[in-house]
Amino acid sequence: MNMQLVRFLGWRAVQVLPVLAMATLAIFGLIQLVPGDPAATIAGEYATAENIEAIRRDLGLDRPLWEQYGTWLWNALQGDLSNSLLTGLPVLDEVARRLPPTLFIAVFALLISICIGVPLGILAATRADSALDRFVTSVASLGVAVPNFWLGMIFVSIFALGFGWFPTTGARPISEDFWGAVHHAALPAATLATAGIAEIARQLRSSLIEVLQSQYVRTLRAKGLSPARILWKHGLRNAALTLLTVIGLVFNHTLGATVATEAVFAIPGAGSMIVNAAINKDFPVLQGAVFVLVLIVISMNLIIDLLYTVLDPRVKKD
Amino acid sequence: MASTPDITPQGATASVLSWLRRDLRAALCLGYLLALVIASVAAPLIAQHSPIEQSMDMLAPPSGAHWLGTDDLGRDVFARMVYGAPMSLYASMVAVGVGLALGLPTGMLAGYLGGRVDTVISRIIDTLLAFPGIILAVAVTGALGIGLTNAMIAVGIVFAPNIARLIRIQTIVVKNELYVDAARSFGMPVRGIILRHIVPNAIQPIIVQVTVMLAGALLAEASLSFLGLGVQPPWPSWGQMLARGYTYMEIAPEQMYAPGIAILLTALAYNGLGESLRTRLDPTSRSRR
Repeated sequence: MNMQLVRFLGWRAVQVLPVLAMATLAIFGLIQLVPGDPAATIAGEYATAENIEAIRRDLGLDRPLWEQYGTWLWNALQGDLSNSLLTGLPVLDEVARRLPPTLFIAVFALLISICIGVPLGILAATRADSALDRFVTSVASLGVAVPNFWLGMIFVSIFALGFGWFPTTGARPISEDFWGAVHHAALPAATLATAGIAEIARQLRSSLIEVLQSQYVRTLRAKGLSPARILWKHGLRNAALTLLTVIGLVFNHTLGATVATEAVFAIPGAGSMIVNAAINKDFPVLQGAVFVLVLIVISMNLIIDLLYTVLDPRVKKD
Repeated sequence: MASTPDITPQGATASVLSWLRRDLRAALCLGYLLALVIASVAAPLIAQHSPIEQSMDMLAPPSGAHWLGTDDLGRDVFARMVYGAPMSLYASMVAVGVGLALGLPTGMLAGYLGGRVDTVISRIIDTLLAFPGIILAVAVTGALGIGLTNAMIAVGIVFAPNIARLIRIQTIVVKNELYVDAARSFGMPVRGIILRHIVPNAIQPIIVQVTVMLAGALLAEASLSFLGLGVQPPWPSWGQMLARGYTYMEIAPEQMYAPGIAILLTALAYNGLGESLRTRLDPTSRSRR
């Protein structure tokens, strides 16, 4: 590694700070979207004026906005994401309890997506316009278009209710019973992975085809380089950039899609936590859970950005 | 470079028609989407029953009176399917419209101008990309109060950075091409360079992305309604019908199929149309098809 690269990587890491600041601002701003008086909304229909006033004071809603934001950010940075309005329990503990099953199915799904999507994309691209290519392309189109929670329902009806191979609902803690956790996570992960497989296969295919049809690949071919060498050394190296971007997007989508998948499989994860918080107007929980998930995606994006730079010197800033 | 298109109305119509004749997939997808639009507008004429009227005839199998049977409250499933169509179309249009309006100009500007403008815009793009779309939509819906339009605007805001990021990278690649340099050195104004060279050469990945997004918005609407945050009862949406169907899946599994298939077909139609458009717009592949 040369100094320039190290400096560049450091610079990228520093650049994440404003991103974090904007993300926290956006998440804090969520409560500003509540129409009318948030305190009255939280207090509910039958609240007295004193109730509302107490809530306003407790949540600091009577103070200036910048002060509220500062307090929220300061506490969040110290790991205090405030307490749930419903249960009174610290939000961070709740998020920490509900994050593992969500991350487990999301990462599981991402691995499945890459392991199946990448070979499919390569196969289709190298045999462009063949029967195999058309088959992969059609399956990929289906995979992108299918509502994944519906697919989950169908998986449940076939593989859980029909064959009885998998449990219909629930999750196991990974730390206590790893294979039980895998068994429970298999159907949800397969459900989440369909979109990822399709997305990766079709984007990799189209980007590989573009590279393989380019002028310089034609030149390489004319020079007498073998097709395999062209594919592995030149084609994939160039398509890897698209692949990285797509993997980042797929992880983001997969994490988001857990919201519906967890509802189908009754998994007590972060996704269902956010949905319940939205329905119950439990704003601290909503903000805290979204904040943690956004942190995870920001880290993932940073890693991808760094890999991008390592793989493609052209993207480096001058 | 691409030939100048015939821009008279007759020329455009003729060229679209000849395209549809040559490209069966495009014709099928466009036909399906048009049928959906017509069904949305003419819902009261197409559906023989009210989508919200309940009856004692619950979970009935498909019959002459109820083409797709009835749901758990005895409501006609076919009528609910038809009345669900406009909800889906509306949702997709709102989300993608918002996404394009925000994403295209921002990303192109960042990529073309470079420097400090690019740095600032890229940071904003990165921030927004860090929000998993559905989750932001759920959160915003929770804050604004449950409802379709607000949630789909949020989905559109989530789409915008994807478009901006893609067009930015494309713009950077294209602006360093020799012909852009040439145009610049001939004194072509920035506006002209962007419209004549950058847009036509950078837009193709965006078109693929837009179609993925139209489908994505449809799926987002379905998910949100499935979760009870989108279209509110008694009014139907395909996603919400799936949620009801799922609760009595063991008694009446056939209730699960119609809404799911409708969502799948509509998403397929958006994607198929986009793929055909991509082939048509791509100057290098025009001769092939």
